[in-house]
Formats: sequence, C-alpha cells, structure tokens
Amino acid sequence: MKFIHGKLFDRLSPWLLTLFLVILWEAYVVILDIPRIELPSAHETFAAIYKYRVGLWVNLQPTLIATLLGFAIAVVFGVAMGVAIGLWRPVYAACYPVMVAFNSIPKVAIVPIMVIWWGPGLVTATLTAFILCFFPIVVNMAVALATIEPELKDVLRALGASQKDIIFKIGIPRSMPYLFAALKIAITLAFVGAVIAETVAGGNGIGNLMLVASSNFNTPLMFAGLIVIATSAIGMYAIFALMEVRFTGWATRDNMSYATAGG
Amino acid sequence: MSFIDIENIDLIYRNSDGDEIGDGTLALSEASLQMDQGEFIALVGPSGCGKSTLLKVVAGLIRANKGKVVVAGQEVTQPLKIVGMAFQNATLLPWRSTRDNVLLPLEIVEPHRQNFKSDKAKYEAMADELLETVGLTGFGDSAPWELSGGMQQRAQLCRALVHEPDLLLLDEPFGALDAFTREELWDVLQDLYLKRKCTVMLVTHDLREAVYLADTVYVMSARPGKVILTRKIDAPRPRKLDDLYGQDVVELIHDLRHHINVARSEQ
Repeated sequence: MKFIHGKLFDRLSPWLLTLFLVILWEAYVVILDIPRIELPSAHETFAAIYKYRVGLWVNLQPTLIATLLGFAIAVVFGVAMGVAIGLWRPVYAACYPVMVAFNSIPKVAIVPIMVIWWGPGLVTATLTAFILCFFPIVVNMAVALATIEPELKDVLRALGASQKDIIFKIGIPRSMPYLFAALKIAITLAFVGAVIAETVAGGNGIGNLMLVASSNFNTPLMFAGLIVIATSAIGMYAIFALMEVRFTGWATRDNMSYATAGG
Repeated sequence: MSFIDIENIDLIYRNSDGDEIGDGTLALSEASLQMDQGEFIALVGPSGCGKSTLLKVVAGLIRANKGKVVVAGQEVTQPLKIVGMAFQNATLLPWRSTRDNVLLPLEIVEPHRQNFKSDKAKYEAMADELLETVGLTGFGDSAPWELSGGMQQRAQLCRALVHEPDLLLLDEPFGALDAFTREELWDVLQDLYLKRKCTVMLVTHDLREAVYLADTVYVMSARPGKVILTRKIDAPRPRKLDDLYGQDVVELIHDLRHHINVARSEQ
C-alpha cells in the first residue's frame, strides 16, 4: 500500500474523491431513472453549465464583487475589533455579549430589512457577506492576542517596551496563523452571505439566477449554479490556503513530520 | 551603597492584569536583600515561595504592596529599561530566525533602536559573535524550533545579554534541561558572566547550580517568602565542575538542603 502513503496520493486524493462522488451521482440518477426536473444527472448538469455559460459568468461577477467587498470590509473591521477585544478587557466585556447575540440572529432574516433600506443589489449583498464573515475574524484575532505568553510580554516589558511594541513585535506576527485560519472560513462564509442576499432579495447574481431557474423549473441550471458557487468558493479558499503557507509556514511545521511518519 | 536594595517587601499575588488572586494571601512578606554591582546571587527555596515573584518585583514588572526596591540609586516604580531576562521556557519567537530572536532587544532599547535599520549589518555581526561564544556558530539562520532544548536556552541567554544589560534576571533557565546539558550551560553562563561583569539574580531549584554559579546564595522561606539564610560562596572564579565534588561544597549543599527542608515543613 505504498501508494496510499505517498505524496502523490495526498495531492490526488481530493480529485479522486470528487470524481468518485460525481460517478456515484451519475449512476444513482441513471440507474433509478430519476426525472431530470427532480434531480438532473451529472452530465446534464455539466451540459447546463456549458449551455448557460454566458448567463452564469455574467451573474457570477456581481456575486464575486459583493463577496470580495464584504470580505474586505470584514477583514479591516474584524482585525481592528479583534485587536481591541483581545488586548483590552473592558472592550471584551462590553462587546462580547452583543456580538454573540448579533451572531445568533439568522442572517436571512436581516436581508429583507436591508432591502427596505438599500433595495436589492450590491449594497445588500455586500453587507450580508460582511455580516456573515465578520465574527470568525474577530474571534480568532482576539484569541490570538489574548493568549500571548506572559513570559514573552515580560521579556519585552523588562526592556522598556511600550504596549505598541508588544503588539507589533509579538501580537501581530503571532496572530497570523489564527488570522489565516479565520480568513479561509470567512471567505467561504462571505460567499454564502452574498448568495443568500441575492436569493432572498433578488436583483442580480448567481443567487438570483437560481431563484429564476427555480421558478422556471430549470433544475439543471440550479445545479449548474450550485457547482459554480462551490467551485468559486474552493478557488478562493485555495488562494488563502496558499497565502497561509507562504506567510505562516513556521506555524505549520508539524506537517513536515506528519508527512514523513508511518511510511 | 548597594546596587540593588530590597527593603521589607510585602506582596499580594496578582494575575497579569493586576487583579489580586484568591484570598489575598501574601506571596512575599518582609522580604529584604542587598546586592552589589557585579555580584551574582542565587535565590533558592521551597516551591511557590515567591522567588520568581521577587525577580519580577526587581524588574519593576509587578509593584510590591509594601516596602521598596531601589536599583542603581533609583526607586523602582515602573519596568526597568535595561534588564535582560531569561526563563525556563526559551520563549523564542518561532517566526524569527535564531539571529533575529537574539536581535529583538536591540529593536526596542535605545540607542540601538534608532540605529537598528541603518546599522543592521553591524548588529547582525554582533549577534553572530554572541551566538559563537555560546557554541551556536552557524545556527543564526536556523528557526528556533529546529534547535534542541539546550541550544534554545543558549540562544535565550544571548537574547538576554545582547543589549549589554546591567542586570540579568534568570528564572530557572536550565530547569527543563537534562543534567549534562545543564552542567554545560552553567559553564556557558559563567563565561558570559566573567566577560560581561553584569549583576545577576538567578532563581533556581538546583542547589548545586546555586553553589556553583553564585557569589551569595539566599534561602527563602515557604510562602509568604522572605530571606531566612544567606551564604557567601568564596570559591575563586572560574570555577570547575570538579570542585562541586569537594568535601566543603558537599557539606555546604547539605546545609542549604537542611534549611530548605525545615522551611518546607513549617509551611
């Protein structure tokens, strides 16, 4: 079973699993002869992606823009708020309950309110994306800063370091692995947020495309939309995963021993 | 006048935010000691007797509830600017190379701080030289987690000394090392001390370490801690590890051990 433990297998395994799931899907639909209006087969879905490629591409753009905008705003405010909460206990005490309460509200329920304020479209989709991905960034950043080893602070304080020195020399670099872990989750959540807003509010975007497809009983197009959303999310996740390896390789050093273990 | 003068310190233990912990029991009570400039002292005593706390009070990281600490003629009211510290955990920053870890204090302490960017090459050479003196030649570019525990402690000593502090505070720096590595590092520390002639306070659980390295050994009582015994060690430097097996040294260690046992039983 050398192959199973090899590096090549590590690289191929996600592709193999995806392929397996697609084959399973295709076989299920073909063998049980399921009507395409209920569940289109894999090849019908891929055919729909090809057939509607222009519509999908045109609608993917506003979704991507809203996702990235919402995500960018969440990174700026989330990091700032995470730093404040992580470093100052009073801010933590004041903000945490409010944030938990806010985070437990189903975001779908907020979209209609935002539609009243801003109408369907970019603003609503961006803000929904922002709201959905803000929380994990704040929490991870706060945890990273609140868990700095006291000895490390003492080393710097005994040199006369200011609070600012401690934040920039230790706090920020040390929080990078936490931040990237949060960013990987946040970017996919931002996508969910944007699509939710488009689905509930209408306007344009992939979410709206699926809403329209649903009202036309165009199930293959709905599945095509799902595949496009999932693929885009994986792409963005991969970008941040690559950045994570590039910037915080020191934090994932254990992977190296993992890779050589159990040969 | 002594370089460090600790007078009748009382301290209620607090957490890192400064809130008092528990029922307000004293960590230190009426603790006093005096040190001369360039002296090397060791603090020994039962577990939890406030040895490490006393170090932090001297560094100005915690303020005593009563009494006062004077370092170099100035009462300590805030963290002292030029202190080197080292702990049982090496506390090296994993995202920096070993050399950059050693350089960390220079990025904070003036006047190096302003010159750090322009004189980077000079400072790096300085760090490499220091790493060489502790036997880490060629490890400047290594990540700290690629070093063994003993090597990390050597690097930590370099970091504590790179800015040429007047006062070196060591909190069980060799506590987590195996016996052979520990003895090796005693000599590394002794060499550094003889070269730099700074004032050193060493907290340790190891009586042989205390006797081998210090000019004066202070025994502290169980909590609340205060100094109950002072022993001068007059042996000339540089000392040799073989000296530790001489009859007089063995008797001295025996005597210290006896006093600590008495202090523990009074707890």
